[in-house]
This record gives sequence, C-alpha cells and structure tokens, in this order.
Amino acid sequence: MSIRGVRIKIQELSHRYTPKSPVTFDKVNLDAKQGEIIVIIGRSGCGKSTLLHILAGLLRPTDGTVYLDDTLVTAPSPQWVMMFQAPHLFPWMQVSQNVGIGLRFAGWDETKMSDRVADALSLVDLQDYADNNVQDLSGGQQQRVALARSLVMEPELLLLDEPFSALDAFTRASLQHDVRSIAKRLGFNVVIVTHDIDEAVLMADRALIMAGSPGKIYDELEVNLPDPRERQDPAVQAMRARLMEAFQNAANEHPSASSKDVGDDSKPHSVTQHA
Amino acid sequence: MSNDTAPVGVNVVNAGSGETRSSRVLKSSWRGLSNFFGGLAILFVVWWFGVYLISSTPSTEHFADFGPIPALQAFPELWEEGTIQSAILSSGYRLGSGLLIAICIGVPIGILMGRSKRFRELSNSPFQLLRMISPLSWEPIAVIVFATWNQAIIFLIAIASVWPVAFATAAGLAKVDPAWFKVARNLGAKPWHIVMRIIVPAITFDVLTGIRLALGVAWIVLVPAEFLGVTSGLGYSIQDAREGLSYDHLMAWVLIIGAIGYVLDSSCVLLIKRFSWHRGDG
Repeated sequence: MSIRGVRIKIQELSHRYTPKSPVTFDKVNLDAKQGEIIVIIGRSGCGKSTLLHILAGLLRPTDGTVYLDDTLVTAPSPQWVMMFQAPHLFPWMQVSQNVGIGLRFAGWDETKMSDRVADALSLVDLQDYADNNVQDLSGGQQQRVALARSLVMEPELLLLDEPFSALDAFTRASLQHDVRSIAKRLGFNVVIVTHDIDEAVLMADRALIMAGSPGKIYDELEVNLPDPRERQDPAVQAMRARLMEAFQNAANEHPSASSKDVGDDSKPHSVTQHA
Repeated sequence: MSNDTAPVGVNVVNAGSGETRSSRVLKSSWRGLSNFFGGLAILFVVWWFGVYLISSTPSTEHFADFGPIPALQAFPELWEEGTIQSAILSSGYRLGSGLLIAICIGVPIGILMGRSKRFRELSNSPFQLLRMISPLSWEPIAVIVFATWNQAIIFLIAIASVWPVAFATAAGLAKVDPAWFKVARNLGAKPWHIVMRIIVPAITFDVLTGIRLALGVAWIVLVPAEFLGVTSGLGYSIQDAREGLSYDHLMAWVLIIGAIGYVLDSSCVLLIKRFSWHRGDG
C-alpha cells in the first residue's frame, strides 16, 4: 500500500451549532507538515471533537477553511478518514468484509479488493482473523479492524476521536504504539483528539493544548522523542511533566477550564493520567 | 507487534474444529430426530386412543373414521384424485398474494415508523386498534368491497399479516446504530449504498421474524376464510368433507393443514437463522 501525507492548513476556523448557540471554538489556525502526527489535548466541551468532525468533512464550519494540500474540505472523503471511540463495525459482515466496505462503495473488483484487504489486515496484525465474525473479537481487535477499514482507503489523513479511551490500559498502549509506527512507516498524517496526556506524549510529533469556551488552541509543544517510546523512559516522563504544566497553565488562564479537577485521575471526562 | 490479538481469537478459531465437535453435532441431531418422531408418535397414540374410546361406545361408534388410521388411508385416495394438489395450489396462491401485499405495505410503514418520530406517535393508537380487530371480522366488508371471494380472502390474509410485518420492521430499524451511517458516509457511501449495504442487511432479520409471525396469523385466518364463497382450497375441502360426512377425509385435511403450516414455519426459522447476525439467535 502506498500512502502519502498531506499538508494541512486550517485558517480562521470558527464554529457554532446554530446561529443562537455559543461559539464552539473561535478562529483556530493550524498548519501541519506532511506526515506529521498532531495530538490535540483538551477537556470535553472545548470543541476539539467538533474541530475533528469539521476536518473530516462530517460537519461544516461556520467560518474559515480547511485545506488539505490544495483541496478544500467540504464533505467526507475516503482520503480523510475518521475513527471513533467505538469501532462501529457492521456485525453482519466478517472481518474482511468490514475492512473492504469502503472499497466496495468505491466499486472495486473482487480480486483487487481482497488483495488490498489482506494488506490492510496484516498491517494491523489481524491476518489470521479475516473470516471471523467481528462479534467474536475482543474490543482491541475490533478497534484494529476499524483501523484497517480506515487504512484500506489509503487515506492521506487519519483522524482519531479518542479512539482508545474505551479500551483497557494494556490494549490501549499496544494500539497507541502500533498506530504511530504504521503512520510513520506509511507516511500519512494523523490528527488525534484526546483528554489523555500520556497518549499525547506517546503518539505526538506535536501536541496542541485546547481550552476555554469558546475553545482556542492555547499552547503547543514539539514532542521530540525517539521511537519506540516507553512510558518509563525518563525523557518521556519529563515531556509528560512539561505537557501537564502547559495544560495547567492553559486551564488557569482560561476561566471555563479552571475547575479544580485538572490532573485528577478519577474523573472520566477530565484530563487523566495513566501512570 | 501487539499483545492483545492472540489469545481470545485463537480460542474462537479452535472451538469449531476437532472430533469432539463433530460427534457432538451427530449426537444432538440424532437426539433432535428422535424427539421429532417420538413426539409425533405420542400425538398419534393419544389421538388413536381418544377415538378408540369414543367409537367403543355403541351410540358413537360411527365416529371411528375420525381415527388416525382411516385418515392416513384417505391420503392416497385424495392424492390420486388430485384434490390435495389443487387445494394446496389455490390456498397457496391466496396465502402468497396476501402475504406479498402485506410485506409491500408493511415494510414501508415499518420504515416510516422507525424513522419518523411524528409518524410513530401519531400512528400508534390507530394501528394498535386496527391490529386488535380479528381479521375475520372484516369478511362482510371485504365481500361487499371486492368483486370476487378470492380477492376478499386475499384481503383478509393481507390485513391479518400487515401488522406483524410493520411492527417488526420498525423494531428492527430502532436497533440500527446511527453511527453506522456516519462510518459509511465517512468511507464514501452514497445513499444507495446506505440502503443496500446497511439498512437492508441490518433489518432483514427483524423483517423475517415479522413475516414468520404474519405467516402464523395468515395460516390461521386462511382456513375459516375459505369456508365461505369459494370452491377450492384447504378450508373449502374441510367444509366439503364435513358436509359429505367423510370423516376420514376431514381428518386427512386437518393433518395436511397442520403439516404444511409446520413446514412453512420451519422454513421461516431456517431463513431467519440464515440472515441473523444477532448473537444468541443462531
């Protein structure tokens, strides 16, 4: 499979759900290099998920533009694919049929399709499960099928909306590692939205901190760490501390994000740490 | 590369193979067969014994023809005359047409109920009321409205079957995960793809379950509906046998009705199993 990345250019992007509702986020600007992995960290309600839906073309912005190279994003496309918190697989299809569904929509012929599906399945280590019913797979395996279903389209940009937050810590760690290594190997861009600071440290080339209401990108940090990244590595720990500090600063200065639960492990929708 | 893929799936793959499994299947199908014939044998013995008791009393001995042996002996006779074949053909035609009409009307109504909250709320009371009207009570109206008795019977079948189909379709749609549409759109699905690749396979199971229920009701309605007006079909044949006092024929028809109903219902179950993706149903 040959995939290449894309230059993302977000200009003055604003969004409100209805003319009367408050602004979700205001005048967001962002440039991403080809093949860059960007992680947007923020508490729920700061508009990060809405931003991702606009990037995917599933929502229209109220103002501003999103360009991928020279293409203006206005609608969903298999070139920029989104993965959700739950895998949302089609339970009446086998693993391979789920993975190939996008190619079927595009009218591919059977032989080409099955070759490409086999490639995508081996990327996510599920080559032995092609004929299984997706309902027989574990949560982590199902999310891998969803990943393969996205990768099979050879997207330039993969958008992840807290895709691992429903998984146990062990499974989450292996998927975080695998997604980063696949993205780096194939060269496509990734934008991940999360409230998990560890996820940002383990996956990002660059971490953006989004806070406030209306949401704004408040701070950004280059995450220059060698691969593979291990949680116990002192450099990773140091990076994590820096990100945490940046997040706290953003929270303190933004009234709506200044509640006391920053860094509290127990709150499901606050920024969490998995030590 | 990853650690979460191996253990669970391997068990799933292996669970299906090996001799223990095939011998278990053999055992369970043998058990199923012996239950099938054993149960039927008990039914026939009870039947035979009941009629034996009745016919051993001098005042009711002419009812001996109601027994299983005369009924079974009547089969070859009826078959050679061609009455069984032609009765099945005309009843089947009425049943099939009625069900087809019910499906053509019931599935779209069910889709409307499942997709539009307003329609569902507004239609609930009239549909529940109409559903509870015994289909046969439409007969006088149907006879007036339709030109032939045949059409009237088809109408009765259709009105009996339309409700289970519509309600089951609506229930099926209610279970469709809206995120499936988002995922499909995201992967480039056109509206046509969403209908054919997502909605149809997602609700086929429920529609078939509705058709199975509808078939049960229709089969019950069919026989009494054929008592009047027509000169063909299973209901007519029962009526005819009663009037001719040929009790052996009458019981043969009763058996035929039961057997065909059983076969139709079992075929529905097979179809439902084939299209089921719900865990625990198949």
